[in-house]
Amino acid sequence: MDTLEVIKNWVKRDSEILDLGCGKGEILKILSEELNTTSLGIEINQENITLCIQSGLNVIQQNIDEGLSNFGDKSFDTVIMSQTIQVLREPKKALLEVTRIGKECIVTIPNFGYWSTRLNLLVSGKMPVTGSLPNAWHDTPNIHLCTIKDFELLCIECGINIIEKRFFDSSGIENSLTRLLPNLFGSTAMYKISK
Amino acid sequence: MSNSLEAIEVNKITLDGKLELECGQDIENIDLVYETYGTLNSDASNAILICHALSGNHHAAGTYQNEERPGWWDALIGPEKAINTNKFFVVCPNNIGGCHGSTGPSSINKQTGKSYGPDFPIITVADWVRCQSMLSDSLGIKVWHAVIGGSLGGMQALEWSCLFPKRIKKAGIIAAAPKLSAQNIAFNEVARQAIVNDPDFVSGRYLDVGKSPKQGLKLARMIGHITYLSEEAMRNKFGRELKEGKLKFGFDAEFEVESYLRYQGDVFSESFDANTYLLMTKILDYFDPADKFEGKLDKAFKEIEAQLLIVSFSTDWRFSPERSKEIVNALIKAKKDVSYMEIDSPHGHDSFLFADKEYVNGLSSFLEN
Repeated sequence: MDTLEVIKNWVKRDSEILDLGCGKGEILKILSEELNTTSLGIEINQENITLCIQSGLNVIQQNIDEGLSNFGDKSFDTVIMSQTIQVLREPKKALLEVTRIGKECIVTIPNFGYWSTRLNLLVSGKMPVTGSLPNAWHDTPNIHLCTIKDFELLCIECGINIIEKRFFDSSGIENSLTRLLPNLFGSTAMYKISK
Repeated sequence: MSNSLEAIEVNKITLDGKLELECGQDIENIDLVYETYGTLNSDASNAILICHALSGNHHAAGTYQNEERPGWWDALIGPEKAINTNKFFVVCPNNIGGCHGSTGPSSINKQTGKSYGPDFPIITVADWVRCQSMLSDSLGIKVWHAVIGGSLGGMQALEWSCLFPKRIKKAGIIAAAPKLSAQNIAFNEVARQAIVNDPDFVSGRYLDVGKSPKQGLKLARMIGHITYLSEEAMRNKFGRELKEGKLKFGFDAEFEVESYLRYQGDVFSESFDANTYLLMTKILDYFDPADKFEGKLDKAFKEIEAQLLIVSFSTDWRFSPERSKEIVNALIKAKKDVSYMEIDSPHGHDSFLFADKEYVNGLSSFLEN
């Protein structure tokens, strides 16, 4: 399965979804069309916001780094934070906030422990530039990268339960290697968590 | 301007029935002037109502014959503009209490044969909305595709979505606030004091004696105008430029900003009615939809069915983005269909009148999605 199929499996029909960093709204649109979800997106880029509005999605311009206190406790069935936590100033605070707001949360992270990232650093001696991390160190929005191990340790530290987890290779597909040694062969990790 | 509407006509209608006002009084035989742009489709499903702000009127778009200046929202209303008149039938009335042809303080009270003056009842935003719904009935528009307004106009759009949830599909609430702050009311009070203390105000009966409190109205407009602009906009437009290039060590208008404000105040005082200005500021001060719901805005929003777009502007300090976020957060709490944009614009509160690209794209996407 790919990442989108897993999200579709994890989200319940007719449920209320909050997507933090919803981009152009691709995920929310699919979920509302296929699973009849009620959705709200949070986004900071105005071109993306306009695209969301064009798709008929509800979207709020808000900087996640400035807090999420405007959302009530357990006010959404599922909070999605896909490829967003690594760009935030305070990932730990954000993780605690999403698990406060959502009954369940789906968090996707790029794995800095992926073999090609490790090899890239080992061989070149420079900060890795790869397909999933394409920016130079000084010009990247990804200011808080972590490995699968790091992320799971942070969850333990925060008292967050990992309900399910899935790992995908660089083309976004699960395979036997990603299942066997996720922190080495998983390019992307997806977690279903709650607190 | 090639894409501006031409040959604009002003319509006038006398509404059937009476309007029961929140203050307890009634008004009958209400005259409303309004303009329309575009064409109403066969099932009357493409109609958009535009609500004007404090000093606005029914002339929202297009240019009258033999006039150069277009309507106040011409930057946004017209063919292929944000509010696209090739697709939508746009209606903009002058609200009751106004001074541009709709029943207001300067109209003749049929019972006395004199102008209403200070006896004109205090109107509220909800009264305006009910009056606009009577106009909708007369025009055969059961459901508005959208109701849109900036500032006090945005407050009307918000009130529409609360009062007539089944008659409005979308609400565009731009540069508005859920209620005025003490600071907002303070500015309004200074404006009112300027007017009522003008010797030519004559306790509001100035029309009966052929006078007009122009000095007071001018001051009121000058202070209002300052709150519409940002510090940045004023700095860029005037800086500390001197009219004659050097200080004259006197109290005449020496700085460009002084002569600009005086000029704006003079123009306004020639064309606006002082009692209407007093009334409009009071309407603003009274607006507070949460008041009937223990101050809880999300409860006031409970019946809303419309999709809402809230827009604020970065340099607006009259109704700052924080005020719009109060509306947004209450709508989120009430689980309503809401989208929110905060537009970077240097023009302060007046930003809602300018066709900023992101603002235009957001608004047109909202209306056409």
